[in-house]
Amino acid sequence: MTTLSTLPPSGQTRSKWAQPSRRKPKPRVQKRDWTGWKFIGPFMIVFALVLIAPVLYSIYLSFFKDQLVGGNSFVGFENYGQALTDPKFWESMGRVTLFFVVQVPIMLGIALFAALAIDSARLHLSSFFRIAIFLPYAVPAVVATLMWGFMYGTKFGLVGNLNDFFELAIPNPLGNTWVLAAIGNIVTWEFIGYNMILFYAALRVIPTDLYEAASLDGANAFRIIRSIKLPALRPAIVIGGIFSVIGSFQLFNEPSILQSLAPNTISTYFSPNMYAYNLSFSGQQYNYSATIAIIVGLITAVIAYIVQNSGSRKEV
Amino acid sequence: MSSVDRATALSTTDAAAGPTKGSRMPRYTKAAKQTQALHTKKSIILTIVMGALLIYSLLPLFWLFVNSTKTQAELLNSFGLWFSGDFALWDNIVATLTYNDGVFVRWFGNTVLYVVVGAGGATFLAALGGYGLAKFNFPGKKAVFAVVLGAVAIPGTALAVPTFLMFSQMGLTNTPWAVILPSLISPFGLYLIWTYAMDAVPTEVLEAARMDGSGEFRTFFTISLKLLAPGLVTVLLFTLVATWNNYFLPLIMLSEPTWYPLTVGLKQWNMQAQTVGGDVIYNLVITGSLLTIVPIVVAFLFLQRYWQSGLAAGSVKA
Repeated sequence: MTTLSTLPPSGQTRSKWAQPSRRKPKPRVQKRDWTGWKFIGPFMIVFALVLIAPVLYSIYLSFFKDQLVGGNSFVGFENYGQALTDPKFWESMGRVTLFFVVQVPIMLGIALFAALAIDSARLHLSSFFRIAIFLPYAVPAVVATLMWGFMYGTKFGLVGNLNDFFELAIPNPLGNTWVLAAIGNIVTWEFIGYNMILFYAALRVIPTDLYEAASLDGANAFRIIRSIKLPALRPAIVIGGIFSVIGSFQLFNEPSILQSLAPNTISTYFSPNMYAYNLSFSGQQYNYSATIAIIVGLITAVIAYIVQNSGSRKEV
Repeated sequence: MSSVDRATALSTTDAAAGPTKGSRMPRYTKAAKQTQALHTKKSIILTIVMGALLIYSLLPLFWLFVNSTKTQAELLNSFGLWFSGDFALWDNIVATLTYNDGVFVRWFGNTVLYVVVGAGGATFLAALGGYGLAKFNFPGKKAVFAVVLGAVAIPGTALAVPTFLMFSQMGLTNTPWAVILPSLISPFGLYLIWTYAMDAVPTEVLEAARMDGSGEFRTFFTISLKLLAPGLVTVLLFTLVATWNNYFLPLIMLSEPTWYPLTVGLKQWNMQAQTVGGDVIYNLVITGSLLTIVPIVVAFLFLQRYWQSGLAAGSVKA
């Protein structure tokens, strides 16, 4: 009896004692403990080599110009001035902006619908749908573009088949009018599943009691989606939005591979990235190419930041 | 980011990793059974709409398979979505593997090299670094955070051209290092391991190991790595798909076909087929594409449950 009654207090004292001893590592910090650097060090060394150094090097390059007469010379912001008044650069920026404004909402919208459908428990075979729709994400962009590129073909591709069979006149998807939509379709195909899983994962975290409480209060499925699911999805939508912004402004793989199928419609400055690439590898204009890369990077970062901010502001 | 957020990120990981382990989703065990009972009636209309999305997702892959069974002649003269003529899949595979002295096999080997060293190395560096960030306080830790998180915002491809210029100064272009070195950095992987290690490796365990006189690295390799395993698998899968599918970087860095990965090689075959007078090898491009995606799709199907947990952790990042 006595032991029993004395046990709880002693247990409490012990835990009170235990707390300071658990905090022991903290004082070590004040002694400037560098042990952590042994772990993060290797990452940071490679990081400095493949990320920080190229950024610094391209900033350096952007302030110089290599000319036949006079060689390499410091030109200040001349390259930036040239880029900002370069119609080819602005044409390519306009194209990726249009791409971003149209393609990203469509892709995220379909992905959101699919995620809600799979989470709704109203779907037959939902796990099969989940895996199958996610599958295109594993397909390399090169293979995805080659497949769609062949299918787009009016002569022997699927579009050609359809035209012959139904006597249709579907316009060439890789012609001037439709080429951006054709690329948008490839990108959408590749990333619907990725975004769907992103949203689905966020939906799974919502406590189910919330749904129960809501339906007891008489809320129907759409009300639950609007009042519970969509607000809970906001962070995931912001992440998906940021990745999509970066992806759109960095557009390169799809148009550059399609270029060999449609050399007349896809120019060397179709996207800012293709422009920078072609300036370097066909034009040897390394300084100007670095300048374009920096400007594109800055604009992308600013827009990604705006997306993140507008997303979290609504949250408050 | 507050510690609460991190905790949420972790619980998300667990919640999403859980469902696929059992046949039925554990989260749906008690509470959700009731919710499901409220509306168990499956919607046929919803299933049909989603069926359309399913067809959209799988149709190109079906097209790829069908057309890899056709000869070059049939490819141009038959309906794209059904089999036609002789079943030439095996002939096409043999032709793909032996074309140009078996250069495809060489590309396959290169890809495996880039994936094993690149993705493996990236996972290892992320594990070390993320663990260091989660379990130690050190001078400059905040600066490390700021720089790494800032780098996530820098678009990868914008860096490719400057990286090429720098690597060519260093004489690294046209070597496997030019592809492997940039693949070694995965800021997202670092972030995942960091959030994972916060909870997965209890500080008490590390303290006990220190008391027993174990060095920090010995503790890491003998105890912590095992505790981090589920997080490591997630990061490995992310980096694996990223390196297997890598195209822009090797395209820029390599001019010698002997070092090409599959993606760049396939693109080159396709261009060759487009050029006037070039050897028309669309059947090889298509069969090669099929062979390129088979390993990654198989890996993907087997391990997709880990992906979801990784994405779940990432989704709480904002």
